[in-house]
Amino acid sequence: MGNLIKNFFIALRQIFIGNRTYYLWVAFLSFFILLGLSAYIDQLHRGLITTAMRDQVSWGLYISNFTFLVGVAAAAVLLVVPAYLYNFKPIKEIVLFGELLAVTAITMCILFILVDMGQPMRVWHILPFIGAMHFPASLLAWDVVVLNGYLFINAIIAFYVLYRLSIGKEYSMSVIGPLIILSIPWAVSIHTVTAFLYNGLSARPFWNASILAPRFLASAFCSGPAIMLILFQIIRNRSEVEIDNRAIFKIAELIAYAMGINLFLLGAEVFKEFYSGSIHSYPITYLYFGLHGKTSLVPWMWAATLFNITAFFFFLFPKTRENFTTLNLGCLFIIMGVYIEKGMGLVVPGFVPDTLGEIYEYSPTTSEILVTMGIWATGALLYTLLLKFAIPIYTGKLRFETKGRAGMRMSTN
Amino acid sequence: MKKVNKTRAGIQLDRRTFLKGAALGLAGTALPLNKADASFWEAFFQKHFQELNETEIKSVLQRLEKEYEQKYKKAITVGNEKPLPGVLFGYGLDLSRCIGCRRCVYACVDENNQSKDPQIHWITVLRFKKGEKWVDLEESEKYYNPSLVPESEYFYMPVQCQQCENPPCVRACPTQATWKEPDGIVVVDYNWCIGCRYCMAACPYGARHFNWTEPSRSPDEINPMTHYLGNRPRYKGVVEKCTFCIQRTRNGRYPACVEACPVGARKFGNLLDPNSEIRYAIEHKRVFRLKEDLNTLPKFYYFFAYGV
Repeated sequence: MGNLIKNFFIALRQIFIGNRTYYLWVAFLSFFILLGLSAYIDQLHRGLITTAMRDQVSWGLYISNFTFLVGVAAAAVLLVVPAYLYNFKPIKEIVLFGELLAVTAITMCILFILVDMGQPMRVWHILPFIGAMHFPASLLAWDVVVLNGYLFINAIIAFYVLYRLSIGKEYSMSVIGPLIILSIPWAVSIHTVTAFLYNGLSARPFWNASILAPRFLASAFCSGPAIMLILFQIIRNRSEVEIDNRAIFKIAELIAYAMGINLFLLGAEVFKEFYSGSIHSYPITYLYFGLHGKTSLVPWMWAATLFNITAFFFFLFPKTRENFTTLNLGCLFIIMGVYIEKGMGLVVPGFVPDTLGEIYEYSPTTSEILVTMGIWATGALLYTLLLKFAIPIYTGKLRFETKGRAGMRMSTN
Repeated sequence: MKKVNKTRAGIQLDRRTFLKGAALGLAGTALPLNKADASFWEAFFQKHFQELNETEIKSVLQRLEKEYEQKYKKAITVGNEKPLPGVLFGYGLDLSRCIGCRRCVYACVDENNQSKDPQIHWITVLRFKKGEKWVDLEESEKYYNPSLVPESEYFYMPVQCQQCENPPCVRACPTQATWKEPDGIVVVDYNWCIGCRYCMAACPYGARHFNWTEPSRSPDEINPMTHYLGNRPRYKGVVEKCTFCIQRTRNGRYPACVEACPVGARKFGNLLDPNSEIRYAIEHKRVFRLKEDLNTLPKFYYFFAYGV
């Protein structure tokens, strides 16, 4: 018990160790968190009228971000498979950072759901036993189960590995092996269930297409790894963690395949919608060409398409894939492209035109944008703090006290 | 006509509102442990309505009546009339009669205590140009505003909750805050709804409406005869919808929209009673239901009593 408390403080101290850049970064994030918090408090008092959502478009920026981030979380599996199943060593060394990213992304997902709720105090109504969870009928209930399950699985894996490392021992696969195996289908399930959430609504022809879940997965396996590639380079530059270039290039190659499939599925969707030309193609027409002069999403969608196609070619050819300028440019393109496509580009056209044919053009208010930025800043801060523990443990600089071995080894940089 | 969805409150955060908001928020988000009345916690811990026993329901209704009286300074009864055995409500709408006057829309608002600012309407009247596309609702006009109705080149189709036998909204709700009663009415428990709006995405008829802000209505406009699952005053952040005027119809009266219609286009009755007016319409007229391809099985029938 004494050791536990001591170790807690050893760990806590990590937060305060850092140079000027670190403190500036934390201050920068805190500024946006406070700004977002104040906008959210105003939203709590006045209601969701502070957003641009209305009865016609009843979900907006919050749920768009939620959908995008489920994809980011699901993408950790792209590291888990080569790392643990194929024992690809360069990736195995960094899979931990992917799992921590999944933990962060799911936390952000939960925050986005919370800020979207009209009655956040009643969130316990959705829980089983103490609330009245509508399981298995409601897909939203499924989403609660799979998202929390995924958070739990990844948190256990990451913290178990970190704990073993921190006491100077190797982690044992017989303990987390089954969890790792479980995390693979589970990662697929979180994005599938989130796709089904939209997919199951016959009222919304744009979502009510079987291609939705496969497209969700394909685009998730682009955007999540693209974020990871950028994070890996930052981690590599700013700490002593060594990340093999081979790991980065392998992930980039996997992104190329995923983006290829994503673009193919987009083509299949575009063909079906425009060739058959039924009235159910209004939403996609609205997206790419606008309807009745309402065109607010059109430039975004074309930008997203252009970004995704360019990134696909960057990642397809080994020459551009293994050049860090084009690699990073490609990552940025993919993050922006998928953020548009799987965010606003997916959620809004489900509601435009609405079920009675009205076109309400949604564009988020300042308040909505501030809350959204606040949650992104919260996520960035969470990941920063997680790395603050994980990196020194990983590099062997931070060791906890155990019965056999007193004292800790910690360098002072 | 001012509509809820047309207003859009942007927010400017200057330093003063920022500080004010932050201070208010900290005060407001602090749990009201010191609140004099315990009704906050009673409301917070209230169970799902269908799990309450008779005594618990009674105390809930009393608590609500007290809350409403404090808020509106007048006595408001919150009833809980049960569904009548052998009754399944159905609605008929004669499109050949409707003149698009929207009297039903406002009679509904008067009866059901919807917010007046911003406005919430449970009935939407769509206007279509004669001789143009019809099933394609995208061609309809919701905000038509002529000086006189009917207009010779248009026809009208009111849409409200279709009280589906196979309601997609009920299936969607993650907390079972909305369900279908034995008499076929789809109801919402405003004290259980978490405001996720998944039901609104699921509804094919645009019948569900959200309280984007605190509903506002002056006390003298409040209809004091209410039902727990129907027209009692609502809260900000919950979904509401047409209940076939549950507070009236379970007491043997017609819905307000039926009474308000000046041309008798609206029919209402018991689908299980072979002598009811609604059964007559279904059996003798050519009826159709909206978006039948979705298999939601509405209990809301459109028909043409005579041809023009």
